Amino acid sequence: MSDAIKINKGIEEAVQDLLKSLLEKDKIKGVFTLRKMDDLGAVAYSLFTNADELKNALPLYPFMPVNAGKVLSDFTLQGATQEPVAAVLRPCEIRAFIELVKRTQGDLENILLISSTCGGVYPLKILKGNDQKSRQAQYWESVKKEDIDPELRETCRMCEDFIPHNADMVIAAAGIEDMDTQCTIYLNTQKGKEFASDVPGSKTSEELEGGKIEELKTKRQEQKAKIFEQFEKEQMGLKSLVKMFAPCLGCHGCSHVCPICYCTLCEFDSKTCEYRPTSIESELKLKGGLKVPPGNIYFHLGRMSHMAVSCVSCGMCSDVCPVNIPVATVFSRVGAPLQEVFEYIPGRDLEEAVPSGTYKEQEFMESGK
Amino acid sequence: MNMNDTYMPTIIGFLCNWCSYTGADLAGTARMKIPASLRVVRVMCSGRIDPLFVLKGFLKGADGIMMMGCHPGDCHYQKGNYNARRRFVMLQNIFESLGLEKERIGLWWVSASEAPKYAQVTKEFAEKVKELGPNPLREEIFL
Ligand code: SF4
Ligand code: SF4
Ligand code: FES
Repeated sequence: MSDAIKINKGIEEAVQDLLKSLLEKDKIKGVFTLRKMDDLGAVAYSLFTNADELKNALPLYPFMPVNAGKVLSDFTLQGATQEPVAAVLRPCEIRAFIELVKRTQGDLENILLISSTCGGVYPLKILKGNDQKSRQAQYWESVKKEDIDPELRETCRMCEDFIPHNADMVIAAAGIEDMDTQCTIYLNTQKGKEFASDVPGSKTSEELEGGKIEELKTKRQEQKAKIFEQFEKEQMGLKSLVKMFAPCLGCHGCSHVCPICYCTLCEFDSKTCEYRPTSIESELKLKGGLKVPPGNIYFHLGRMSHMAVSCVSCGMCSDVCPVNIPVATVFSRVGAPLQEVFEYIPGRDLEEAVPSGTYKEQEFMESGK
Repeated sequence: MNMNDTYMPTIIGFLCNWCSYTGADLAGTARMKIPASLRVVRVMCSGRIDPLFVLKGFLKGADGIMMMGCHPGDCHYQKGNYNARRRFVMLQNIFESLGLEKERIGLWWVSASEAPKYAQVTKEFAEKVKELGPNPLREEIFL
């Protein structure tokens, strides 16, 4: 059982009310969430400081233009924000932020994390267009019924971590049939309870997990098994790997949008990885040919070796790839057994050290002879 | 003459300065037999072996890659070899997920005085890699 507030309004209006009241009562000085940019469906993350402006906020809009964990890290890179800010994030965005905080790339101190039991997001490629109204309707229908909309990001369709870790407040969305008339917001932490002390709505105590949430988890797990199985059939082995990454332009967009890839100067963007005439010549001598741009598989495998253990499966990388390489699926598939070995769920717990930055003396004794 | 007699696997060894590299030196001074196609790269600690070093060697077509460091507990910098071990485990795990030949990479602990061990493991690994045959990535242009 956990404390909760119940608001007798539709989910979107209720969340708006909550944010507005927090801002008006001066509990927070800003709201970080998605903002409507035009009538065709474009959205962008924004920081609202004016309660009236909040009418343009779209906290639950099912698109992720950027992993917000990355943005919050930019905000708090040099320490906590001076004033308290409420941030509405998807569970994988919070996990990304926690991973960044672990790497001293951000600060949680003054941020009130609000999230939801997440129904997933659509790929950005279908963001704009006249059919946004019907798409939204279709989205909320499937969230209510816990159907897995085949148009969602692949990583969302198979996400088992849709119940947020580390959120102060959790908006119940997945599987809530009557979300058009009422909304429950769980207060998961002391911080959440304090902030919610005089917001609109009645106080209750409810169970977040179990029942319908479990059903959705099972559905997502089945999807995951299916997607991974397909992947193993098609993408395993050297030849398939070469084939899959063959169209890669080497734009490194996938790493630039990745919240975990935080290095200011990435090895792969550095001079070290540039091909000079001499290296081209030696490659030609060695192999009798050269793909241009060279080094794509090196880039992907290298990136994996550095960060797949912390991949939060947000799907940003697949989403921005101009040539539709299923980058996020590969990284999730590679990340899963890695995370299993270290019993690690990226972003689950701030106190858990990143596996690539720690060790135990007595482990993997059979590795190293 | 059949192929097996002429094929010499190219092996890259990343050796820690304080232990395996000195061990290799000792093996040399003692005139022990070391596989001729082993190319040694000296690093200051096995903890310096970025997985990228291994990947680059592997993708450029090296038939085998050896990572060598001080025995656990003996690292000059206390924890470098523990980090190396984790990186090695991760690399193997990734290779397995992608269906790449993880047998081509290995990790050994060889101290400065273990010249015979150095000679032994390099010989054994060279034989094992020879059995695996040339790394198919040697011929692969589209990387
Ligand atoms: S975004 Fe796509 S094309 Fe660009 S580097 Fe990544 S995989 Fe290659
Ligand atoms: S690799 Fe892709 S899916 Fe994983 S955290 Fe980075 S952007 Fe998200
Ligand atoms: S100094 Fe030899 S492994 Fe660290």
